[in-house]
Amino acid sequence: MFRKISRSPIILILPAIIAISLVVIIPLIFSLYTSFTSYKLTRPDSLYNFVGFRNYERLLDNSKFWVAFGRTIIFLTIALNLELLLGLGIALLINKITWGQRTLRTIMMFPMMFSPILVGFQWKYIFNDNIGLLNNFLYLFGYQSAIPWLIDKYLAMGSILAAEIWANTAIFSILLLAGLMGIPKDPIEAARVDGCNSWQVFKNITLPFLMPFIFIALTIRSLDVGRAYDIVHIMTGGGPAMRTELIWTMIGRVGYKDANMGMANAMSYVSIILSIAFTYYFFTKLKAARQELGN
Amino acid sequence: MNKKIKKIISWVLTFIIMFIICVPGIWVFISAFRPNPEILSKPANWWPDVWTLYQFTQMFSIKGYVSVPAFQYLMNSIVISLTSTVIAITIGMMGGYAFARFNFKGKNSIFLGLMLARAVPGISLSLPLFIIWAKLGLINTSIGVILVYVAMNVPFTIWLTDGFFRQIPKEMSEVARTDGCTRFQAFWNVELPLAGPGIAAAGIFAFLLSWNEYALASVLTRTMKSKTLPIGMMDYLSEFTINWAGMCAIAVVMIIPAVILTFIVQKHLVSGLTFGGVKG
Repeated sequence: MFRKISRSPIILILPAIIAISLVVIIPLIFSLYTSFTSYKLTRPDSLYNFVGFRNYERLLDNSKFWVAFGRTIIFLTIALNLELLLGLGIALLINKITWGQRTLRTIMMFPMMFSPILVGFQWKYIFNDNIGLLNNFLYLFGYQSAIPWLIDKYLAMGSILAAEIWANTAIFSILLLAGLMGIPKDPIEAARVDGCNSWQVFKNITLPFLMPFIFIALTIRSLDVGRAYDIVHIMTGGGPAMRTELIWTMIGRVGYKDANMGMANAMSYVSIILSIAFTYYFFTKLKAARQELGN
Repeated sequence: MNKKIKKIISWVLTFIIMFIICVPGIWVFISAFRPNPEILSKPANWWPDVWTLYQFTQMFSIKGYVSVPAFQYLMNSIVISLTSTVIAITIGMMGGYAFARFNFKGKNSIFLGLMLARAVPGISLSLPLFIIWAKLGLINTSIGVILVYVAMNVPFTIWLTDGFFRQIPKEMSEVARTDGCTRFQAFWNVELPLAGPGIAAAGIFAFLLSWNEYALASVLTRTMKSKTLPIGMMDYLSEFTINWAGMCAIAVVMIIPAVILTFIVQKHLVSGLTFGGVKG
């Protein structure tokens, strides 16, 4: 039997492909079809009411959707950049420390174990205007009026961003620290003997070596960007008055609250393309960086 | 002198970072053991006057009326996460072995395709799954959720195990085979034990993903028959009031297994992620 496998190893991958087809590919084909109908959960026979591109046309005209889409892009850009920078900073910092490094690394992993829904709850608790840890803390310094962290338009988005960054910086700092620890010492010493300063060493030796690790972290991270849904869902629910609505919470609202499945599926195709584009982009970058390292 | 100041600054920075990482979790942990009125008190008191197990006894009491059947949620979470992990690891390991050891047509595109399938956001996938699962009668069953989690976990497990099998020199299996082992025996007796720690790490990754998942489970589960802990947590959230202490308590129940498991395999976790990624 195993000789057969050597000839066609695809047999070994077949169960994986079947599982993915059943749970991801077939449902996505179905949802693509649904996005061309006026399907509403409350009226089952509307599943067969083919409307062509009407959902997509409406989507193009829907300014609320594009505002949420733009907000999502800005949110992801800021979050991913800050996570990368903070993660790099933390990794460089911990790499210098010789005493207690193992313990620090363990603590660093702490946020990775938190479910996004838990992260959201925890920060909802901290940012609560009435009983939150943050306002209680500011109260000590005389800020008697409660700051409405999760109600004000900008503060709410900032609070969500803080929660997102708290949860996801760990993956960057852990992987970049692993990369830093694997850097050979000789070229750095040689560069120093030749008179390079710290910044030059970092830019010309450390950073190129870290590049593949940065792209691994970004690829892994890009797989899970959609999990920001959980955090926003519990912290503000997209509110108040849709001020913190991201594309994912909007899909949830249109699909389940308004029961408008056709429209929600059209929206979710936009979000799927967004996620896949992210992952594809970082994955190709990772491959390029690998090949460079191999040469 | 200059060096000393630098050292002090780096320690202070490290302390601040660790403080920010730890404080939210510690605050939730403390709040789980204090009575609700104390949480709501103004001005805040930073350390509990009374420590109480009230929320936990409420959750896990068998007799009488239970507002949130957390014990049932915990059981559902354990059954669903464990089963889906075991299946995902078996399927993923086969795939990872194939990617690490064989060359075949379309290898790279299949790998990329699997990763992209994993990138589909949970909420987008939940819409069609909800309709199809309802037609198949899989809504509000553990099997329905397990199936979804298996598929969610397979791509990442393949990525990780692929990396671990690559770390084992090909020659080891070849030597075993010239000594008369079949390919399967060589795999079972030589390669699998060597990749063991890595596979355990991949398993825990899969377990945590299932344990922590919300978007899909919130749609696919309805009652205490299949609800998992992250969904059960929402029971404490009503339209206008929140039972803060109760939520903190269920958060503690949720986080403890995750912390223990991650600490056990943290070393292999990092090497698996980086190795799987770096050496193409």
